[in-house]
Amino acid sequence: MQQASKKGRSRKAFPTHIVVFLLPATVVYTMFMIYPLVDSLRLSLFAPGGGGTEVFVGIQNFVTLLTDELWQPRFWGALKNNFAFFLIHALVQNSIGLLLAALLSLRGLRGGGIYRTLLFLPTMLSVVIIGFIWQLILSPLWGIAEDLMGLVGMAEYFGPWLGKEGSALITLSLISVWQWIGIPMMLFYAALISIPDELIEAAHVDGATNWGIFWRIKFPLILPTVGIVLILTYVGNFNAFDLIYTTQGVLAGPNFSTDIMGTFFYRTFFGQQLQLGNPTMGATIATMMFLIILVGVLIYLFGWQRRVTTYEL
Amino acid sequence: MTWINSLRYKLGSLVPHIVLWIWAFIALFPIVLILINSFKDRRAIFRAPYLPPTAETFSLDGYATVFERTNFPLYFANSLIVTLGALFLIVFTGAMAAYALAEYDFKGNTFMGLYLALGIMIPIRLGTVSILRLVVAMKLVDTLVALILVYTAMGLPLTIFILQQFMRQVPKEMKDAARVDGANEYRIFWLVLPTVRPAVATVAVFTMIPIWNDLWFPLILAPGEKTKTVTLGAQVFLGQFVSDWNAVLSSLTLAMVPVLILYIIFSRQLIRGLTAGTVK
Repeated sequence: MQQASKKGRSRKAFPTHIVVFLLPATVVYTMFMIYPLVDSLRLSLFAPGGGGTEVFVGIQNFVTLLTDELWQPRFWGALKNNFAFFLIHALVQNSIGLLLAALLSLRGLRGGGIYRTLLFLPTMLSVVIIGFIWQLILSPLWGIAEDLMGLVGMAEYFGPWLGKEGSALITLSLISVWQWIGIPMMLFYAALISIPDELIEAAHVDGATNWGIFWRIKFPLILPTVGIVLILTYVGNFNAFDLIYTTQGVLAGPNFSTDIMGTFFYRTFFGQQLQLGNPTMGATIATMMFLIILVGVLIYLFGWQRRVTTYEL
Repeated sequence: MTWINSLRYKLGSLVPHIVLWIWAFIALFPIVLILINSFKDRRAIFRAPYLPPTAETFSLDGYATVFERTNFPLYFANSLIVTLGALFLIVFTGAMAAYALAEYDFKGNTFMGLYLALGIMIPIRLGTVSILRLVVAMKLVDTLVALILVYTAMGLPLTIFILQQFMRQVPKEMKDAARVDGANEYRIFWLVLPTVRPAVATVAVFTMIPIWNDLWFPLILAPGEKTKTVTLGAQVFLGQFVSDWNAVLSSLTLAMVPVLILYIIFSRQLIRGLTAGTVK
Protein backbone atom coordinates (compact mmCIF):
# COMPACT_ATOMS: atom_id res chain seq x y z
CA MET A 1 0.00 0.00 0.00
CA GLN A 2 2.74 2.38 1.02
CA GLN A 3 4.56 1.84 -2.25
CA ALA A 4 1.48 2.19 -4.37
CA SER A 5 0.66 5.54 -2.83
CA LYS A 6 4.20 6.77 -3.41
CA LYS A 7 3.86 5.83 -7.06
CA GLY A 8 0.70 7.94 -7.33
CA ARG A 9 2.47 11.10 -6.21
CA SER A 10 5.80 10.50 -7.93
CA ARG A 11 7.48 13.37 -9.76
CA LYS A 12 7.45 12.79 -13.49
CA ALA A 13 8.11 15.11 -16.40
CA PHE A 14 4.67 16.70 -16.68
CA PRO A 15 2.17 13.96 -17.40
CA THR A 16 -0.52 15.00 -19.85
CA HIS A 17 -3.42 14.32 -17.50
CA ILE A 18 -2.25 17.07 -15.12
CA VAL A 19 -2.24 19.51 -18.02
CA VAL A 20 -5.71 18.37 -19.06
CA PHE A 21 -7.03 18.85 -15.53
CA LEU A 22 -5.53 22.31 -15.09
CA LEU A 23 -5.96 23.75 -18.56
CA PRO A 24 -9.65 24.71 -18.85
CA ALA A 25 -9.82 26.58 -15.54
CA THR A 26 -6.44 28.23 -16.06
CA VAL A 27 -7.35 29.44 -19.56
CA VAL A 28 -10.69 31.03 -18.60
CA TYR A 29 -9.24 32.50 -15.40
CA THR A 30 -6.17 33.91 -17.14
CA MET A 31 -8.15 35.35 -20.03
CA PHE A 32 -10.97 36.98 -18.11
CA MET A 33 -9.37 37.81 -14.79
CA ILE A 34 -5.58 37.99 -14.79
CA TYR A 35 -5.08 39.38 -18.29
CA PRO A 36 -7.68 42.17 -17.82
CA LEU A 37 -6.16 43.12 -14.47
CA VAL A 38 -2.63 43.30 -15.89
CA ASP A 39 -3.87 45.06 -19.01
CA SER A 40 -5.68 47.64 -16.86
CA LEU A 41 -2.45 48.35 -15.00
CA ARG A 42 -0.74 48.81 -18.38
CA LEU A 43 -3.50 51.05 -19.74
CA SER A 44 -3.13 53.39 -16.79
CA LEU A 45 0.18 54.49 -18.34
CA PHE A 46 -1.39 55.37 -21.70
CA ALA A 47 -3.59 58.15 -23.03
CA PRO A 48 -5.72 58.35 -26.17
CA GLY A 49 -3.68 59.63 -29.12
CA GLY A 50 -5.06 60.61 -32.52
CA GLY A 51 -7.13 58.20 -34.62
CA GLY A 52 -7.99 55.60 -32.02
CA THR A 53 -4.38 54.95 -31.03
CA GLU A 54 -3.00 55.07 -27.52
CA VAL A 55 0.30 56.66 -26.60
CA PHE A 56 2.53 56.00 -23.63
CA VAL A 57 2.44 58.88 -21.16
CA GLY A 58 4.16 57.44 -18.11
CA ILE A 59 2.59 58.47 -14.84
CA GLN A 60 0.87 61.50 -16.35
CA ASN A 61 -2.61 60.03 -15.70
CA PHE A 62 -1.83 59.65 -12.01
CA VAL A 63 -0.53 63.21 -11.82
CA THR A 64 -3.73 64.42 -13.48
CA LEU A 65 -5.90 62.37 -11.14
CA LEU A 66 -4.17 63.68 -8.03
CA THR A 67 -3.55 67.30 -8.98
CA ASP A 68 -5.84 68.43 -11.82
CA GLU A 69 -8.53 70.76 -10.54
CA LEU A 70 -11.29 68.85 -12.32
CA TRP A 71 -10.15 65.35 -11.31
CA GLN A 72 -8.59 65.88 -7.92
CA PRO A 73 -11.70 66.85 -5.91
CA ARG A 74 -13.65 63.90 -7.35
CA PHE A 75 -10.87 61.45 -6.55
CA TRP A 76 -10.26 62.59 -2.99
CA GLY A 77 -14.00 62.94 -2.40
CA ALA A 78 -14.67 59.38 -3.57
CA LEU A 79 -11.75 58.03 -1.55
CA LYS A 80 -12.85 59.86 1.58
CA ASN A 81 -16.43 58.63 1.19
CA ASN A 82 -15.19 55.10 0.57
CA PHE A 83 -13.23 55.18 3.82
CA ALA A 84 -16.23 56.54 5.70
CA PHE A 85 -18.28 53.73 4.14
CA PHE A 86 -15.65 51.24 5.30
CA LEU A 87 -15.39 52.63 8.83
CA ILE A 88 -19.14 52.45 9.37
CA HIS A 89 -19.10 48.84 8.17
CA ALA A 90 -16.08 47.94 10.26
CA LEU A 91 -17.61 49.40 13.42
CA VAL A 92 -21.35 48.86 13.16
CA GLN A 93 -21.61 45.77 10.97
CA ASN A 94 -18.87 43.84 12.67
CA SER A 95 -19.92 44.70 16.24
CA ILE A 96 -23.54 43.72 15.66
CA GLY A 97 -22.33 40.63 13.77
CA LEU A 98 -20.13 39.70 16.72
CA LEU A 99 -22.96 40.25 19.21
CA LEU A 100 -25.36 38.07 17.22
CA ALA A 101 -22.72 35.37 16.76
CA ALA A 102 -21.90 35.41 20.47
CA LEU A 103 -25.59 34.89 21.29
CA LEU A 104 -26.05 32.21 18.63
CA SER A 105 -23.06 30.26 19.91
CA LEU A 106 -24.28 30.15 23.53
CA ARG A 107 -24.51 26.55 24.60
CA GLY A 108 -28.01 25.17 24.87
CA LEU A 109 -29.64 27.96 22.84
CA ARG A 110 -32.92 26.70 21.42
CA GLY A 111 -33.91 27.40 17.83
CA GLY A 112 -30.41 28.38 16.73
CA GLY A 113 -30.97 27.01 13.24
CA ILE A 114 -34.09 29.11 12.71
CA TYR A 115 -32.37 32.28 13.91
CA ARG A 116 -29.40 31.68 11.62
CA THR A 117 -31.68 31.17 8.62
CA LEU A 118 -33.72 34.30 9.35
CA LEU A 119 -30.80 36.56 10.21
CA PHE A 120 -28.84 35.59 7.11
CA LEU A 121 -31.73 36.13 4.69
CA PRO A 122 -31.09 39.77 3.65
CA THR A 123 -27.53 38.87 2.71
CA MET A 124 -28.85 36.60 -0.04
CA LEU A 125 -30.83 39.27 -1.87
CA SER A 126 -29.60 41.48 -4.66
CA VAL A 127 -28.23 44.87 -3.62
CA VAL A 128 -30.46 46.44 -6.27
CA ILE A 129 -33.57 45.02 -4.61
CA ILE A 130 -32.37 46.03 -1.15
CA GLY A 131 -31.65 49.55 -2.37
CA PHE A 132 -35.16 49.99 -3.76
CA ILE A 133 -36.81 48.42 -0.72
CA TRP A 134 -35.12 50.90 1.60
CA GLN A 135 -35.82 53.76 -0.77
CA LEU A 136 -39.52 52.92 -0.43
CA ILE A 137 -39.34 52.49 3.33
CA LEU A 138 -37.49 55.77 3.82
CA SER A 139 -39.77 57.59 1.40
CA PRO A 140 -41.71 60.39 3.13
CA LEU A 141 -44.57 59.58 0.72
CA TRP A 142 -45.16 56.14 2.19
CA GLY A 143 -44.13 57.22 5.66
CA ILE A 144 -43.10 53.82 6.99
CA ALA A 145 -39.85 54.99 8.59
CA GLU A 146 -41.63 57.97 10.10
CA ASP A 147 -44.32 55.68 11.56
CA LEU A 148 -41.74 53.38 13.08
CA MET A 149 -39.82 56.24 14.61
CA GLY A 150 -43.11 57.53 15.97
CA LEU A 151 -43.46 54.28 17.90
CA VAL A 152 -40.43 55.23 19.95
CA GLY A 153 -41.38 58.89 20.08
CA MET A 154 -38.81 60.11 17.59
CA ALA A 155 -41.01 60.97 14.61
CA GLU A 156 -39.83 64.58 14.60
CA TYR A 157 -36.26 63.48 13.84
CA PHE A 158 -37.33 61.86 10.59
CA GLY A 159 -36.10 63.45 7.39
CA PRO A 160 -35.54 62.62 3.72
CA TRP A 161 -32.14 61.24 4.62
CA LEU A 162 -31.24 59.86 1.19
CA GLY A 163 -31.79 63.27 -0.36
CA LYS A 164 -29.65 65.31 2.01
CA GLU A 165 -25.96 65.86 1.51
CA GLY A 166 -25.15 65.46 5.18
CA SER A 167 -26.94 62.19 5.77
CA ALA A 168 -27.11 60.30 2.45
CA LEU A 169 -23.79 58.49 2.80
CA ILE A 170 -24.41 57.43 6.39
CA THR A 171 -27.90 56.21 5.49
CA LEU A 172 -26.57 54.17 2.57
CA SER A 173 -23.80 52.72 4.72
CA LEU A 174 -26.33 51.61 7.30
CA ILE A 175 -28.54 50.04 4.62
CA SER A 176 -25.49 48.14 3.42
CA VAL A 177 -24.63 47.16 7.00
CA TRP A 178 -28.17 45.87 7.43
CA GLN A 179 -27.78 43.68 4.36
CA TRP A 180 -24.27 42.30 4.90
CA ILE A 181 -24.34 41.68 8.63
CA GLY A 182 -24.84 37.96 7.92
CA ILE A 183 -21.27 37.51 6.70
CA PRO A 184 -19.37 38.59 9.85
CA MET A 185 -22.06 36.92 11.94
CA MET A 186 -21.44 33.56 10.27
CA LEU A 187 -17.64 33.85 10.32
CA PHE A 188 -17.62 34.80 14.00
CA TYR A 189 -20.14 32.08 14.75
CA ALA A 190 -17.99 29.44 13.05
CA ALA A 191 -14.95 30.55 15.03
CA LEU A 192 -16.86 30.63 18.31
CA ILE A 193 -18.33 27.14 18.01
CA SER A 194 -14.90 25.70 17.27
CA ILE A 195 -13.70 26.66 20.77
CA PRO A 196 -13.48 23.42 22.81
CA ASP A 197 -16.22 22.95 25.38
CA GLU A 198 -13.76 21.94 28.11
CA LEU A 199 -12.30 25.43 28.14
CA ILE A 200 -15.69 27.07 28.73
CA GLU A 201 -16.66 24.32 31.16
CA ALA A 202 -13.55 24.95 33.26
CA ALA A 203 -14.27 28.68 33.39
CA HIS A 204 -17.87 28.02 34.45
CA VAL A 205 -16.64 25.79 37.25
CA ASP A 206 -14.35 28.60 38.37
CA GLY A 207 -17.44 30.78 38.65
CA ALA A 208 -16.96 32.99 35.58
CA THR A 209 -20.04 34.66 34.07
CA ASN A 210 -20.97 34.36 30.37
CA TRP A 211 -19.90 37.98 29.91
CA GLY A 212 -16.52 37.36 31.52
CA ILE A 213 -16.02 34.14 29.57
CA PHE A 214 -16.72 35.94 26.31
CA TRP A 215 -14.21 38.74 26.81
CA ARG A 216 -11.51 36.83 28.67
CA ILE A 217 -11.57 33.51 26.81
CA LYS A 218 -13.61 33.51 23.62
CA PHE A 219 -12.72 36.91 22.18
CA PRO A 220 -8.92 36.49 22.41
CA LEU A 221 -9.29 33.09 20.75
CA ILE A 222 -11.20 34.47 17.77
CA LEU A 223 -8.93 37.50 17.17
CA PRO A 224 -7.60 35.94 13.93
CA THR A 225 -11.19 35.85 12.64
CA VAL A 226 -11.63 39.52 13.56
CA GLY A 227 -8.69 40.24 11.25
CA ILE A 228 -10.16 38.17 8.42
CA VAL A 229 -13.52 39.91 8.80
CA LEU A 230 -11.87 43.34 8.74
CA ILE A 231 -9.86 42.65 5.60
CA LEU A 232 -12.89 41.12 3.85
CA THR A 233 -14.90 44.22 4.77
CA TYR A 234 -12.13 46.45 3.46
CA VAL A 235 -11.79 44.72 0.09
CA GLY A 236 -15.57 44.34 -0.21
CA ASN A 237 -16.13 48.06 0.19
CA PHE A 238 -14.10 48.84 -2.90
CA ASN A 239 -16.48 46.55 -4.78
CA ALA A 240 -19.48 48.56 -3.66
CA PHE A 241 -21.29 50.21 -6.54
CA ASP A 242 -24.72 48.64 -7.03
CA LEU A 243 -26.34 50.28 -4.00
CA ILE A 244 -25.21 53.83 -4.79
CA TYR A 245 -25.95 53.46 -8.51
CA THR A 246 -29.43 52.12 -7.78
CA THR A 247 -30.54 54.64 -5.19
CA GLN A 248 -28.59 57.78 -6.09
CA GLY A 249 -27.89 57.33 -9.78
CA VAL A 250 -24.64 57.48 -11.70
CA LEU A 251 -23.75 60.94 -10.36
CA ALA A 252 -23.89 59.65 -6.76
CA GLY A 253 -25.92 62.63 -5.58
CA PRO A 254 -26.77 64.84 -3.88
CA ASN A 255 -23.76 66.81 -5.09
CA PHE A 256 -21.41 63.76 -5.18
CA SER A 257 -21.87 63.27 -1.43
CA THR A 258 -22.29 59.50 -1.90
CA ASP A 259 -19.65 59.09 -4.61
CA ILE A 260 -17.34 56.19 -3.83
CA MET A 261 -14.50 54.65 -5.84
CA GLY A 262 -16.85 52.18 -7.58
CA THR A 263 -19.19 54.87 -8.94
CA PHE A 264 -16.29 57.19 -9.80
CA PHE A 265 -14.59 54.37 -11.72
CA TYR A 266 -17.79 53.49 -13.59
CA ARG A 267 -18.56 57.11 -14.53
CA THR A 268 -15.04 57.71 -15.73
CA PHE A 269 -14.52 54.72 -18.00
CA PHE A 270 -18.08 54.20 -19.17
CA GLY A 271 -19.18 57.80 -19.46
CA GLN A 272 -22.47 59.31 -18.37
CA GLN A 273 -25.19 61.18 -20.13
CA LEU A 274 -23.34 63.57 -22.48
CA GLN A 275 -19.83 62.84 -21.36
CA LEU A 276 -17.93 60.14 -23.21
CA GLY A 277 -16.07 57.44 -21.34
CA ASN A 278 -12.33 57.65 -20.85
CA PRO A 279 -10.91 54.10 -20.67
CA THR A 280 -7.34 55.06 -19.81
CA MET A 281 -8.38 57.33 -16.96
CA GLY A 282 -10.74 54.55 -15.88
CA ALA A 283 -7.81 52.14 -15.83
CA THR A 284 -5.87 54.70 -13.80
CA ILE A 285 -8.60 54.79 -11.17
CA ALA A 286 -8.74 50.97 -11.16
CA THR A 287 -4.98 50.90 -10.62
CA MET A 288 -5.31 53.32 -7.70
CA MET A 289 -8.01 51.08 -6.22
CA PHE A 290 -5.73 48.10 -6.71
CA LEU A 291 -2.91 49.87 -4.86
CA ILE A 292 -5.20 50.95 -2.03
CA ILE A 293 -6.46 47.37 -1.63
CA LEU A 294 -2.87 46.11 -1.73
CA VAL A 295 -1.82 48.48 1.06
CA GLY A 296 -4.73 47.25 3.17
CA VAL A 297 -3.90 43.60 2.55
CA LEU A 298 -0.22 44.20 3.38
CA ILE A 299 -1.11 46.00 6.60
CA TYR A 300 -3.30 43.03 7.48
CA LEU A 301 -0.64 40.44 6.64
CA PHE A 302 2.27 42.13 8.39
CA GLY A 303 0.62 44.39 10.95
CA TRP A 304 -2.16 42.16 12.21
CA GLN A 305 -1.68 38.53 11.35
CA ARG A 306 1.91 38.42 12.60
CA ARG A 307 1.12 40.06 15.90
CA VAL A 308 -2.02 38.17 16.73
CA THR A 309 -1.35 34.82 18.31
CA THR A 310 -3.25 31.99 16.71
CA TYR A 311 -4.06 29.27 19.19
CA GLU A 312 -4.19 25.74 17.86
CA LEU A 313 -7.43 24.35 19.26
CA MET B 1 -33.46 31.90 47.82
CA THR B 2 -33.28 29.09 45.32
CA TRP B 3 -36.38 30.24 43.48
CA ILE B 4 -34.94 33.73 43.11
CA ASN B 5 -31.81 32.25 41.62
CA SER B 6 -33.78 30.07 39.26
CA LEU B 7 -35.91 33.07 38.24
CA ARG B 8 -32.78 35.08 37.58
CA TYR B 9 -31.41 32.21 35.55
CA LYS B 10 -34.59 31.97 33.48
CA LEU B 11 -34.69 35.70 32.79
CA GLY B 12 -31.01 35.60 31.90
CA SER B 13 -31.54 32.87 29.38
CA LEU B 14 -34.38 34.91 27.81
CA VAL B 15 -32.16 37.88 26.99
CA PRO B 16 -30.37 36.23 24.04
CA HIS B 17 -33.74 35.29 22.53
CA ILE B 18 -35.06 38.83 22.91
CA VAL B 19 -32.01 40.33 21.18
CA LEU B 20 -32.10 37.71 18.41
CA TRP B 21 -35.82 38.27 17.82
CA ILE B 22 -35.33 42.03 17.65
CA TRP B 23 -32.68 41.66 14.96
CA ALA B 24 -34.72 38.99 13.14
CA PHE B 25 -37.56 41.51 13.06
CA ILE B 26 -35.27 44.26 11.74
CA ALA B 27 -33.91 41.88 9.10
CA LEU B 28 -37.27 40.60 7.89
CA PHE B 29 -39.63 43.54 8.33
CA PRO B 30 -38.65 45.41 5.13
CA ILE B 31 -38.84 42.24 3.03
CA VAL B 32 -42.18 41.09 4.39
CA LEU B 33 -43.59 44.61 4.02
CA ILE B 34 -42.76 44.61 0.29
CA LEU B 35 -44.16 41.09 -0.21
CA ILE B 36 -47.54 41.75 1.42
CA ASN B 37 -48.05 45.16 -0.16
CA SER B 38 -47.35 43.88 -3.65
CA PHE B 39 -50.70 42.04 -3.48
CA LYS B 40 -52.76 45.06 -2.44
CA ASP B 41 -54.46 47.86 -4.31
CA ARG B 42 -52.93 51.30 -4.32
CA ARG B 43 -55.19 52.73 -1.66
CA ALA B 44 -54.48 49.92 0.79
CA ILE B 45 -50.73 50.25 0.22
CA PHE B 46 -50.89 53.75 1.66
CA ARG B 47 -53.75 53.41 4.13
CA ALA B 48 -52.85 50.14 5.79
CA PRO B 49 -49.30 49.24 4.83
CA TYR B 50 -48.78 46.89 7.79
CA LEU B 51 -51.78 44.65 7.16
CA PRO B 52 -51.71 41.60 4.90
CA PRO B 53 -53.99 41.78 1.86
CA THR B 54 -57.64 41.03 2.56
CA ALA B 55 -60.37 39.98 0.14
CA GLU B 56 -61.23 43.66 -0.32
CA THR B 57 -57.75 45.02 -0.80
CA PHE B 58 -56.30 42.14 -2.81
CA SER B 59 -55.08 43.21 -6.23
CA LEU B 60 -52.71 41.94 -8.88
CA ASP B 61 -52.60 45.25 -10.79
CA GLY B 62 -48.89 45.62 -10.19
CA TYR B 63 -48.08 42.20 -11.58
CA ALA B 64 -50.25 42.90 -14.62
CA THR B 65 -48.28 46.10 -15.34
CA VAL B 66 -44.95 44.33 -14.91
CA PHE B 67 -45.83 41.55 -17.33
CA GLU B 68 -47.35 44.02 -19.81
CA ARG B 69 -44.46 46.45 -19.87
CA THR B 70 -41.44 44.22 -19.51
CA ASN B 71 -40.02 40.90 -20.57
CA PHE B 72 -39.71 39.58 -17.06
CA PRO B 73 -40.01 35.93 -18.18
CA LEU B 74 -37.18 36.56 -20.64
CA TYR B 75 -35.07 38.21 -17.93
CA PHE B 76 -35.62 35.16 -15.75
CA ALA B 77 -34.57 32.85 -18.55
CA ASN B 78 -31.44 34.94 -19.14
CA SER B 79 -30.50 34.97 -15.47
CA LEU B 80 -31.09 31.24 -15.29
CA ILE B 81 -28.94 30.51 -18.37
CA VAL B 82 -26.12 32.75 -17.16
CA THR B 83 -26.16 31.44 -13.59
CA LEU B 84 -26.43 27.76 -14.48
CA GLY B 85 -23.98 28.03 -17.37
CA ALA B 86 -21.36 29.72 -15.23
CA LEU B 87 -22.07 27.38 -12.34
CA PHE B 88 -21.54 24.32 -14.52
CA LEU B 89 -18.22 25.65 -15.85
CA ILE B 90 -17.04 26.75 -12.41
CA VAL B 91 -17.81 23.44 -10.72
CA PHE B 92 -16.57 21.26 -13.56
CA THR B 93 -13.33 23.03 -14.50
CA GLY B 94 -12.76 24.09 -10.89
CA ALA B 95 -13.04 20.51 -9.63
CA MET B 96 -10.60 19.34 -12.29
CA ALA B 97 -8.02 21.97 -11.36
CA ALA B 98 -8.55 21.39 -7.64
CA TYR B 99 -8.05 17.67 -8.17
CA ALA B 100 -4.78 18.22 -10.03
CA LEU B 101 -3.49 20.49 -7.25
CA ALA B 102 -4.58 18.18 -4.45
CA GLU B 103 -3.59 14.86 -5.99
CA TYR B 104 -0.37 15.29 -7.92
CA ASP B 105 2.98 16.42 -6.66
CA PHE B 106 4.23 18.09 -9.83
CA LYS B 107 6.72 20.83 -10.41
CA GLY B 108 5.03 24.22 -10.03
CA ASN B 109 2.15 22.89 -7.93
CA THR B 110 2.62 25.60 -5.28
CA PHE B 111 2.94 28.28 -7.93
CA MET B 112 -0.24 27.20 -9.71
CA GLY B 113 -2.08 27.04 -6.39
CA LEU B 114 -1.06 30.60 -5.54
CA TYR B 115 -1.72 31.86 -9.08
CA LEU B 116 -5.24 30.45 -9.09
CA ALA B 117 -5.88 31.82 -5.58
CA LEU B 118 -4.91 35.42 -6.46
CA GLY B 119 -8.44 36.19 -7.56
CA ILE B 120 -9.83 35.54 -4.07
CA MET B 121 -8.50 38.87 -2.83
CA ILE B 122 -8.53 41.01 -6.00
CA PRO B 123 -11.99 42.13 -7.14
CA ILE B 124 -12.47 41.20 -10.81
CA ARG B 125 -14.27 44.51 -11.33
CA LEU B 126 -10.93 46.32 -11.32
CA GLY B 127 -10.21 44.76 -14.71
CA THR B 128 -13.48 45.89 -16.23
CA VAL B 129 -11.97 48.33 -18.76
CA SER B 130 -9.96 45.54 -20.34
CA ILE B 131 -12.71 42.95 -19.96
CA LEU B 132 -14.99 45.23 -21.98
CA ARG B 133 -12.31 45.62 -24.69
CA LEU B 134 -11.76 41.88 -24.77
CA VAL B 135 -15.47 41.21 -25.09
CA VAL B 136 -15.76 43.82 -27.86
CA ALA B 137 -12.80 42.26 -29.70
CA MET B 138 -14.39 38.82 -29.42
CA LYS B 139 -17.69 40.27 -30.71
CA LEU B 140 -19.44 39.03 -27.60
CA VAL B 141 -21.06 42.31 -26.50
CA ASP B 142 -24.71 41.79 -25.56
CA THR B 143 -24.37 38.04 -25.40
CA LEU B 144 -24.94 35.76 -22.45
CA VAL B 145 -21.71 33.93 -23.32
CA ALA B 146 -19.69 37.00 -22.29
CA LEU B 147 -21.37 37.03 -18.88
CA ILE B 148 -20.91 33.27 -18.43
CA LEU B 149 -17.18 33.49 -19.17
CA VAL B 150 -16.58 36.47 -16.87
CA TYR B 151 -18.53 34.90 -14.01
CA THR B 152 -16.65 31.64 -14.49
CA ALA B 153 -13.36 33.48 -14.07
CA MET B 154 -14.82 35.28 -11.05
CA GLY B 155 -16.01 32.10 -9.32
CA LEU B 156 -13.04 29.83 -10.02
CA PRO B 157 -10.45 31.02 -7.46
CA LEU B 158 -12.55 30.41 -4.34
CA THR B 159 -14.02 27.20 -5.77
CA ILE B 160 -10.60 25.73 -6.52
CA PHE B 161 -9.32 26.80 -3.12
CA ILE B 162 -12.18 25.16 -1.21
CA LEU B 163 -12.48 21.98 -3.30
CA GLN B 164 -8.75 21.43 -3.00
CA GLN B 165 -9.04 21.21 0.80
CA PHE B 166 -11.80 18.64 0.55
CA MET B 167 -10.13 16.57 -2.15
CA ARG B 168 -7.04 16.20 0.05
CA GLN B 169 -9.21 14.36 2.55
CA VAL B 170 -10.36 11.66 0.12
CA PRO B 171 -8.73 8.44 1.33
CA LYS B 172 -5.76 7.28 -0.69
CA GLU B 173 -6.78 3.65 -0.43
CA MET B 174 -9.74 4.27 -2.70
CA LYS B 175 -7.69 5.85 -5.44
CA ASP B 176 -4.87 3.33 -5.15
CA ALA B 177 -7.27 0.42 -5.32
CA ALA B 178 -8.64 1.84 -8.57
CA ARG B 179 -5.12 2.33 -9.90
CA VAL B 180 -4.28 -1.27 -9.13
CA ASP B 181 -7.37 -2.26 -11.08
CA GLY B 182 -5.91 -0.43 -14.04
CA ALA B 183 -8.13 2.69 -14.03
CA ASN B 184 -6.54 5.74 -15.69
CA GLU B 185 -6.30 9.12 -13.95
CA TYR B 186 -9.43 10.52 -15.61
CA ARG B 187 -11.47 7.56 -14.42
CA ILE B 188 -10.15 8.08 -10.89
CA PHE B 189 -11.21 11.74 -11.00
CA TRP B 190 -14.75 10.58 -11.79
CA LEU B 191 -14.57 8.24 -8.81
CA VAL B 192 -13.36 11.01 -6.49
CA LEU B 193 -15.86 13.66 -7.62
CA PRO B 194 -18.98 12.08 -6.04
CA THR B 195 -17.20 11.75 -2.69
CA VAL B 196 -16.83 15.55 -2.39
CA ARG B 197 -20.46 16.17 -3.33
CA PRO B 198 -21.30 18.07 -0.12
CA ALA B 199 -18.42 20.49 -0.77
CA VAL B 200 -19.51 20.92 -4.38
CA ALA B 201 -23.05 21.73 -3.25
CA THR B 202 -21.77 24.34 -0.82
CA VAL B 203 -19.54 25.91 -3.44
CA ALA B 204 -22.44 25.89 -5.90
CA VAL B 205 -24.73 27.88 -3.60
CA PHE B 206 -21.89 30.27 -2.76
CA THR B 207 -21.00 31.09 -6.33
CA MET B 208 -24.56 31.19 -7.60
CA ILE B 209 -25.89 33.98 -5.42
CA PRO B 210 -23.41 36.74 -6.38
CA ILE B 211 -23.84 35.83 -10.05
CA TRP B 212 -27.63 35.98 -9.91
CA ASN B 213 -27.54 39.25 -7.95
CA ASP B 214 -24.84 41.05 -9.96
CA LEU B 215 -25.65 44.39 -11.59
CA TRP B 216 -22.17 45.52 -12.70
CA PHE B 217 -21.36 43.14 -15.55
CA PRO B 218 -24.86 42.93 -17.10
CA LEU B 219 -24.93 46.74 -17.07
CA ILE B 220 -21.59 47.00 -18.85
CA LEU B 221 -21.34 43.89 -21.02
CA ALA B 222 -24.92 42.97 -21.86
CA PRO B 223 -27.34 45.88 -21.40
CA GLY B 224 -29.42 45.01 -24.49
CA GLU B 225 -33.10 44.19 -24.06
CA LYS B 226 -32.63 40.59 -25.23
CA THR B 227 -29.84 39.79 -22.78
CA LYS B 228 -31.02 41.65 -19.67
CA THR B 229 -30.81 39.63 -16.48
CA VAL B 230 -33.43 39.91 -13.73
CA THR B 231 -31.26 42.21 -11.63
CA LEU B 232 -30.59 44.62 -14.50
CA GLY B 233 -34.16 44.32 -15.81
CA ALA B 234 -35.57 45.13 -12.38
CA GLN B 235 -33.15 48.03 -11.99
CA VAL B 236 -34.13 49.61 -15.32
CA PHE B 237 -37.85 48.95 -14.84
CA LEU B 238 -37.86 50.30 -11.27
CA GLY B 239 -36.05 53.42 -12.44
CA GLN B 240 -38.76 54.11 -15.01
CA PHE B 241 -41.80 53.29 -12.90
CA VAL B 242 -40.86 54.94 -9.63
CA SER B 243 -44.27 56.50 -9.26
CA ASP B 244 -46.29 53.34 -9.98
CA TRP B 245 -46.20 51.81 -6.50
CA ASN B 246 -48.05 48.63 -7.42
CA ALA B 247 -45.68 47.91 -10.27
CA VAL B 248 -42.60 48.71 -8.18
CA LEU B 249 -43.67 46.45 -5.33
CA SER B 250 -44.61 43.63 -7.70
CA SER B 251 -41.37 43.74 -9.64
CA LEU B 252 -39.38 43.77 -6.39
CA THR B 253 -41.31 40.72 -5.24
CA LEU B 254 -40.82 38.94 -8.57
CA ALA B 255 -37.09 39.59 -8.42
CA MET B 256 -36.85 38.34 -4.83
CA VAL B 257 -39.01 35.23 -4.94
CA PRO B 258 -36.67 32.85 -6.82
CA VAL B 259 -33.81 33.60 -4.44
CA LEU B 260 -36.08 33.31 -1.41
CA ILE B 261 -37.36 29.90 -2.55
CA LEU B 262 -33.86 28.64 -3.26
CA TYR B 263 -32.69 29.97 0.08
CA ILE B 264 -35.47 28.26 2.00
CA ILE B 265 -34.58 24.96 0.31
CA PHE B 266 -30.81 25.24 0.67
CA SER B 267 -30.34 27.39 3.77
CA ARG B 268 -29.22 24.50 5.98
CA GLN B 269 -26.69 23.35 3.41
CA LEU B 270 -25.43 26.88 2.89
CA ILE B 271 -25.08 27.76 6.55
CA ARG B 272 -23.40 24.45 7.31
CA GLY B 273 -20.97 25.18 4.50
CA LEU B 274 -20.33 28.71 5.72
CA THR B 275 -19.55 27.56 9.21
CA ALA B 276 -17.62 24.43 8.15
CA GLY B 277 -15.23 26.47 6.05
CA THR B 278 -13.32 27.85 8.98
CA VAL B 279 -13.65 24.87 11.30
CA LYS B 280 -10.83 22.47 10.92
